[in-house]
Amino acid sequence: MAHESTFKPGNSISKWFDDRLPIERMMHDQFGVFPMPRNLNYLWTFGGILTFFLVVQLLTGIVLAMHYVPHEGHAFDSVEHIMRDVNWGWLLRYMHANGASMFFLAAYIHIARGMYYGSYKAPREILWILGVLIFVVMMATAFMGYSLVWGQMSFWAVTVITNLFSSLDSIVSGLGTGIVEWIWGGFSVGNPTLNRLYSLHYLLPFVICGLVVLHIWALHIPGSNNPTGIDIKTKSDSIPFTPYYTVKDGFAMCVFVMLFAAFVFYAPNYLGHPDNYVEANPLATPPHIVPEWYFLPYYAILRAIPDKLFGVIAFAGSISILLFLPWLDTSKVRSSRYRPIYKWFFALFMIDVLVLGYLGAKPPEGLYLIVGRLATAYYFLHLLVVLPLLGWIEKPSAMPGSITDDVLGKKPAGAK
Amino acid sequence: MAQKPTEPNRRDFMTIAAVSFAAVGGAASLWPFIDQMNPDASALSLATIEVDLSPIEEGQSITISWRGKPVFIRHRTGKEIEEAKGVKMADLPDPDARNGNLKDDAPATDINRVKDKNEKWLVLVGICTHLGCIPKGQRIGDAKGEYGGWFCPCHGSHYDTAGRIRKGPAPRNLDVPTFEFVSDTKIKIG
Ligand code: HEM
Ligand code: FES
Repeated sequence: MAHESTFKPGNSISKWFDDRLPIERMMHDQFGVFPMPRNLNYLWTFGGILTFFLVVQLLTGIVLAMHYVPHEGHAFDSVEHIMRDVNWGWLLRYMHANGASMFFLAAYIHIARGMYYGSYKAPREILWILGVLIFVVMMATAFMGYSLVWGQMSFWAVTVITNLFSSLDSIVSGLGTGIVEWIWGGFSVGNPTLNRLYSLHYLLPFVICGLVVLHIWALHIPGSNNPTGIDIKTKSDSIPFTPYYTVKDGFAMCVFVMLFAAFVFYAPNYLGHPDNYVEANPLATPPHIVPEWYFLPYYAILRAIPDKLFGVIAFAGSISILLFLPWLDTSKVRSSRYRPIYKWFFALFMIDVLVLGYLGAKPPEGLYLIVGRLATAYYFLHLLVVLPLLGWIEKPSAMPGSITDDVLGKKPAGAK
Repeated sequence: MAQKPTEPNRRDFMTIAAVSFAAVGGAASLWPFIDQMNPDASALSLATIEVDLSPIEEGQSITISWRGKPVFIRHRTGKEIEEAKGVKMADLPDPDARNGNLKDDAPATDINRVKDKNEKWLVLVGICTHLGCIPKGQRIGDAKGEYGGWFCPCHGSHYDTAGRIRKGPAPRNLDVPTFEFVSDTKIKIG
C-alpha cells in the first residue's frame, strides 16, 4: 500500500544522507512501518524464506566458482576436488545443491498460497506475472547448475532438454537442428556447451535479483493480500511490518532452515541421483533419465504426449499458462475460504500436480502412461475450463465485512 | 520557429535518419554476439574416420565415436535383413530413407538404408531422433525393442533391424551418415 512517508532522520548524518540518497527512508517506509494486514498466517512467511535462499545460493555459488573448473575434462573432477580437498568444500556444495531444492520447495508453497488465496487477482496481476518469470528463470538457473557437475545425469539431462528445440524441425525443416547446434556450439553436447552453461549459471541469479526487486516493488503498491482476500479498509485492519512480521518471518525462517540443515547434514544426497556421481559418458545413456525432483511434474507432462512437437508445446504451455491465471479465473472473490466449489477443485489440482510429480520419476509405460495422460489432461482442464466456468457458476459464501471483523470473529453480514 | 510545421521538416528528417541508422547499426552489431555461439572452426573441422569392418562377426555390432556422436555399425544376419525387407511401406511412421548418401526424397526401403546395395552393413548415427538418447541394442543382452533393432529407454522408441522408427515418440528413422567403402572391409565415415 503506497503511503505517505513518515520517516524522520534521527541525527545529522542520517539527515545528510536523506537529502542525497534516501535509502534509510525507503527501508523505514517499506519494511519498517509498512502497513500489513493484521491476519497473515504462516503461508505468508515464504516470501522472506525465498529471499533468504536466494542469498544462500549466491553466497555458496560464488565461493564454489572459486574452485570449480568449467571444462569437459575437469569439471567432474573439480566437483570431487571440492568435496574432498577444499576446506569446507563438502559443506558449501551440499548447501548449494540442497539449497536449490529448498528454494524450489519454498517457491512451490509460495505459488500454491497465491493460488489458494487468489493473490493473482486485480490489482496484483503484474506482481503475479513477475513471480512466474522469477520461477522460469529459477528453473533455467537450476537446470544449468545441475549440468555443471558433468555427471551422467547432468550430461543426459542437457542432451534431452536442449533437444526439445529440435521439435521445431517439423515446422520449418532444419530450424530446430540449427537452434540445437547453436545452443551446443557443436554437433553434440560438449565443452562449448559446458562453458556457456557456466557463464549463464553465473549470470541468471543476478537477473533473478533484479526481478525480485520489481516483484517487491509491485507488491508494495497494493500491499499484501491476506487470508480473507478483503482489502485493508481501516487502520484497525493493519499493523506495521516491524516488529510483528519481521519476527514472524524470522521465526518461520529458522524452522525452515532446520529442515535445510537436516538435509545438508543427514541426507545430503537424498534428493539427488546416484548416477550423477558417474562421470559424463557421451556414448552411453543411463537406463533411466530422471530430472531433479522439482522438474518432475513438467517432465511427466512432456512424456505423457506421444508426439514430439506437441509434447514440447504442452511442456512449455504448462508453465506459461500460469502467466494468464489472473484472466483465466473469472471469479471476483479472491480467497478460497469463500469459494465453496473452487476449494475442492484447488485440492484436486494440488493432488494432480503431486501425481504428475510421482509419475515423472516412473518409466512412461503401461498404467503410468495412462494415469500420466489423465493427470496432464486435468492440469489443463483445470486452468483452461474449470477456472473460467466456476467464476460464473459458483455462488460465494458469506464474507466478513472487514479484516478486523474476521479477526474478532464477527458473523458475516449476509452472503455477498 | 514561429511558423507551423506542416510538411515533414528538416528536423524530422534528421531524427528519422539518425534513428534508422542506429537501429540498423544496433541490429548488425548484434549478429556477432549471436553467431559466436554457433559451432566454431575447430568443431567444423573434425575429420572423417576410417573403420575396419573385418573383425565384426555376423550378428555383431560395434559403436564408434564420430564428431562426438556414437555411430552404430551392425553386421546384419540374413534373418535381420529379411525382416527389414518384409516391412510394408505403409507400416513405417517415417517414409524417408534419411540416408546421407541418397537424395532427400528417397523412400525408406531397406535397400535405401544401406550403401551400394551392401545389405550386410548397416551404419547409423546412434542418436534417438526423439530427444537424443543413445538407444539400447548394441550389446548382447540389451533390450532390442519389439522390432528386433534398437530400443530407446528414455521415452520408449522402438527401431527395426534397418534402424527405422516403428513405435514410440521419435519422429524420424535413425540417420545414416555419409560414408563410403574404401575396400570390401573398410569404410570411411564423413
Ligand atoms: C538462483 C540461484 C541458484 C540456483 C537455484 C542454483 C542451482 C544449482 C544447482 C542445482 C547446482 C547443482 C548442484 C549439485 O548437484 O552439485 C549448482 C551448481 C553450481 N552452481 Fe549454482 N545455483 C544458483 C546460484 C549460483 C551462483 C550465483 C553461482 C556463482 C557463480 C553458482 C555457482 C555454481 C557452481 C560453480 C556449481 C557447480 C558445483 C557444484 O555442483 O556444486 N550458482 N547450482
Ligand atoms: S530420446 Fe529416445 S525416446 Fe526420447
